[in-house]
Amino acid sequence: MLDELRGAFYIAKKDLKEYYLKPPTVSWGIAFPLVFAFAFLLRGWDKLWLAPGLLSISLFFGSTSMSAASIVFERRTGSFERLLLFPISYFGVALGKSLSSFFFGLLSLTTTLAIVWIFLSIPPHNLPLLAFTIVCAALQFSSMGVLLSFAVKDPAQAMTIFNSVRFPMMFLSNMIIPVTRFPPYLTPISFAIPLTYSVEAIRYALVGSYDVIPPQIALTVTIISFLAFLYFAKVMIERSIP
Amino acid sequence: MDAIVAEDLTKYYDEFPAVDHLNFSVKCGELFGFLGPNGAGKTTTVRMLCGLTRISSGEAYVAGYSPLRELKLVKKSVGLVPDISNLYSELTCIENLIFMGEMYGLSKREREERARELLEFFGLIDKRDSKFGKLSKGQKRRLTIAAALMHNPKILFLDEPTIGLDVTGRRMIWNLIRKLNEEGITIFLTTHNIDEAFNLCDRIAVINKGKLTAIGSPADLKRKFSGSEVLEVSFTEKNAMTVEDISKIPGVIEVSRSGGSFKIIVSDPLLVMEELARRARSRRASLNYVNLRGADAEEVFLRIIGESYA
Repeated sequence: MLDELRGAFYIAKKDLKEYYLKPPTVSWGIAFPLVFAFAFLLRGWDKLWLAPGLLSISLFFGSTSMSAASIVFERRTGSFERLLLFPISYFGVALGKSLSSFFFGLLSLTTTLAIVWIFLSIPPHNLPLLAFTIVCAALQFSSMGVLLSFAVKDPAQAMTIFNSVRFPMMFLSNMIIPVTRFPPYLTPISFAIPLTYSVEAIRYALVGSYDVIPPQIALTVTIISFLAFLYFAKVMIERSIP
Repeated sequence: MDAIVAEDLTKYYDEFPAVDHLNFSVKCGELFGFLGPNGAGKTTTVRMLCGLTRISSGEAYVAGYSPLRELKLVKKSVGLVPDISNLYSELTCIENLIFMGEMYGLSKREREERARELLEFFGLIDKRDSKFGKLSKGQKRRLTIAAALMHNPKILFLDEPTIGLDVTGRRMIWNLIRKLNEEGITIFLTTHNIDEAFNLCDRIAVINKGKLTAIGSPADLKRKFSGSEVLEVSFTEKNAMTVEDISKIPGVIEVSRSGGSFKIIVSDPLLVMEELARRARSRRASLNYVNLRGADAEEVFLRIIGESYA
């Protein structure tokens, strides 16, 4: 088990060195969430309600953009197979890829977190809980990004396909539009999206209240969905072997 | 114990047998060549042995372990150099090697020592801090081989190691392969370059359309498949015969033309000569020049795969 974790960590370290400056990672992982956060803040909306959503957007885009760059690109160039030659399980490979996205997501979050903290004067309701929910959410987002990467073959199309999934999720998961304002037929879709749960968990930890999902359920679903995404990512790796 | 054993090794893609019931073994310390044209099944065989492609049926043992049941142990024992140099372009040479060492569980001191040793062996010590993406093709190839050796594997698989390299680069890689083999590493080399196989390898297996058609040392193969098998002819009338005409004669395996002469690889020289003379006469011409000689490596290879078409 320790060997697997060590291997996963080394894969993550390598990915961060290799891909952190790649254009899709920088533009969609850092620039876009920052610009988005500023745009919403400048509109003067309910900052207390928006802040958790903006943090989630930063984390979401940061955590998923790295895997789009690393996995899709590596599968195209043949470098991904290198990882399958190492004496590490496919689960370890999936975890390693998720961890690089996880760390990048946290990096992407730092600026938005600083904006929320300093400029909006919103100190967290529960700092340790916020740290924990952010970690769980980042793991969930990054493992989802790894899984989604296997649906993309061409690096040129990676961001298009990713965004066609990310943007609807962003609008439907209580990040920037309250679920309570949705028409009835959209609400079940919101509850089916795992991101809604991580957003609600972050909301509770940051501002001390939640909209639609109690924090215990939100956190539990976030953790379970992280493990499920990771498991299915491992299955996709196995299936990629002809 | 043999380094590699394949027993009825088979790979199907849908219903197409890319590798068809291969049976062979590779001795420890041998430099074994897998020679065949493009699409013959060489890379698929290597990938099955290393666990990158599933085995459809049959069995294999690599360093005594089965890829079907003990894949992790196989992976610890082998290094694979694929046909593309696919290391990480933003990492430096030393960083790429260190990463390999990390993934194989080498300690920090072992990684650094081994990486330095390999960079020196492969003549890349001056490039240690250069990014992989900035290296020349030959340098990339050398580093890719070095990366496969970080964990001191017992068996090294080289898939088309000199593909895309110029003559100088190719010779350099050949010398490195010989040196590695002299140090006791079992080398399994796939190639479509006949010279490479015949010059480097202790034994060669010829594969065509997924099937093993011949196996033996270069000398054995030449002895077995050579003999008086190449006819060089010309006619009194330059246009008496065409390549197409000659290729239809029974016993002709391969024909090529150079100016007014033809080089014909044959399975039955007497039959072909008789038929050539008869057809030339029917076109009011005759044989002007005839030379019968032993086949060189390329011609041996063509003879081997030609027989597998029969």
